[in-house]
Amino acid sequence: MGNPLLPLQLWLDDHPVLQNWLYNLVPVLVIVLLALALRQGLKQPIWAEAARRIRRRPAALWAIGIIGFYGLIAFSDSIGLYDAKKQERVSLLDAISRREKERYYSAPLATMTTGEAFPKPLKEKHILGTDGKGDDVLYQTLKGARTAFIIGGLTSLLTIPVGIILGLLSGFYSGTKYKWIDDLITYIYTVISSIPSILLQIAFVMVLGKGIFQICIALGMARWVGLCRQVRGETLRHREREYVRGARALGVSTWGILTRHILPNLLPTVIIFTTLGISGLILSEAILSYLGVGVGDGVGSWGNMINASRDELAREPILWWNLASASTAMLGIVLAFNLLGDALRDAIDPRLRS
Amino acid sequence: MSDVLLSVENLKTYFRTSRGIVKAVDGVSFTVEKGKTRALVGESGCGKSMTALSILQLVPEPAGYIDGGKIVFEGRDLLDLTWSDMRTVRGKDIGMIFQEPMTSLNPTFTIGSQLSEAMTIHGKDFGTAIERAVELLDLVGIKDARQTLRQYPHELSGGMRQRVMIAIALSNNPKLLIADEPTTALDVTVQAQILRLLKDLQERLGMAVLMITHNLGIVSEIADDVSVMYAGQVVEESATGALFSMPRHPYTQGLFASLPARNPRGQDLETLEGIVPDAAAWPSGCRFAERCKKKFDACSVPAPVVEGVRCHLMVSGGTGGVENGEWGVGNQPPNSPLTTPHSPDAPEAIDA
Repeated sequence: MGNPLLPLQLWLDDHPVLQNWLYNLVPVLVIVLLALALRQGLKQPIWAEAARRIRRRPAALWAIGIIGFYGLIAFSDSIGLYDAKKQERVSLLDAISRREKERYYSAPLATMTTGEAFPKPLKEKHILGTDGKGDDVLYQTLKGARTAFIIGGLTSLLTIPVGIILGLLSGFYSGTKYKWIDDLITYIYTVISSIPSILLQIAFVMVLGKGIFQICIALGMARWVGLCRQVRGETLRHREREYVRGARALGVSTWGILTRHILPNLLPTVIIFTTLGISGLILSEAILSYLGVGVGDGVGSWGNMINASRDELAREPILWWNLASASTAMLGIVLAFNLLGDALRDAIDPRLRS
Repeated sequence: MSDVLLSVENLKTYFRTSRGIVKAVDGVSFTVEKGKTRALVGESGCGKSMTALSILQLVPEPAGYIDGGKIVFEGRDLLDLTWSDMRTVRGKDIGMIFQEPMTSLNPTFTIGSQLSEAMTIHGKDFGTAIERAVELLDLVGIKDARQTLRQYPHELSGGMRQRVMIAIALSNNPKLLIADEPTTALDVTVQAQILRLLKDLQERLGMAVLMITHNLGIVSEIADDVSVMYAGQVVEESATGALFSMPRHPYTQGLFASLPARNPRGQDLETLEGIVPDAAAWPSGCRFAERCKKKFDACSVPAPVVEGVRCHLMVSGGTGGVENGEWGVGNQPPNSPLTTPHSPDAPEAIDA
């Protein structure tokens, strides 16, 4: 695949300090945008009410706390300084939690290597032990957070516009003069959803190659279908509402009705779908990485960790910490997103409100 | 006639359904004069709402379609207009308010943005629109208009929302306001306020109103002329005063006979037996014949329209004694207090 940004990338590679600050800018920008969106949203009574309901649910608060914690780790891994001596970018997380490489496996908090005929003393203490290459497991686990957030966020960013636009058109024109639009879109997503999504994703990675961005596209290709379907259903419902007829009676154009009258009412559906979907995306990435068609080597990923520890449980003694750390880290974030998604649904789903 | 604003001629609005063609509106004609109020009265399913939607061409497509007729508004047949010309007519020349104030406003926008949208889509700039929005809310009797502009629909009561709907419908100074059962979903006391407001606004702004209702109380209060609809057709058409003092069609008589206010206390109310026939298969003869107490041989063929009344009795000259005495169960003489229209300040919800 030709990369249109390649010249820029090459130029930036020659200016590592500038590149570093550009990279630092991205997470800051993301956080600022999210904060602005949240602040703007909470001004609306509907969302303020939703926030009040969520505040009353301890599980949701825990979930937000956990997501915030993971987010903090991911953020600290996204900002950093350029180390001119080593000629590499050192993230805040690297600076804090990188440990020295050992020779071999070592159990959590052990002082000697594990599984060797003649255990050697370790250079440092490793809270979660080390893996077969002697890399610190805690450090690797923390590194996975950033990947998880990028996968969840970027894929959602890719699927939301596609899902909304196609779902909106499909639902709006269903059963009207232009029903071929609906027929076409419905046909496409029925075909896509009848292909096992894991096969579809693997096929895309095979074509695009490994890497975070490629994985996002591969996951997104299967993802938009679900959103499109939900948006279509909601649009069908809203289309028949009195206020849409009222808008028509006022002379509002079709475009105006779609964008100003129906679209804002789809927001709850989209937000719930996205929040609940992120956990699925994180799991899918792990599965792809486990199958060896994931983000690729050199990128921190829980799927990669699980893949690397595939045979460890069969060993004697059992080397459990690598697998356990990756799984627990994944479980934590997936559970948190599911809890938050459920709480959001209870708070804002129009179908659950009278 | 120069003072006719809207003239609907032989309008036919049909629906394709799995049961065949449903003739919801089947040859309806009426006129609305400038500055006057025309009421369309009838039971549920008689096609009065579809008539209103047909005027703005908002009949649900593609199942519903206008099969024939003319809708002449200010000399132009609206059925000949292009889609975009029709959009300028909607909301600008003809405003419409609906039955359900609770759901007719978009829940995600403030009152202010919905009111101003009504004006900005017809060419006003936002600043002027907001200024006018304040005026409009004052006009429809909402105190503290500026505060209300910032509120969302769910923060307002049903009566307030209907006032907002009226303000939106009036925002571009329409020449005609179509009100489709504007008070049906409201409390009786609020109904009275809204009706008085409509009447007052009509006098002040000089617009014409097409009032769609099943409530004869409302008709007596605000209508100048009445068209009584039954089974997709107009069965009787006359001035309000004339209709109330002397209903001529047996259906209209039945409607009046079933009004509580017109019957002596203690006596059972008259009812119209049966329901409106199936719109997919109208009877071949007079459509009211099945329920008519004055049915006779001629009723098996379609009734002619004589002096605005679609009834065979009008031809056969008083066979049924339509002209005299027999129009109500209580046999009230036309000028008795019970037959005079209800006074405007004591409106009652009288369902037909």
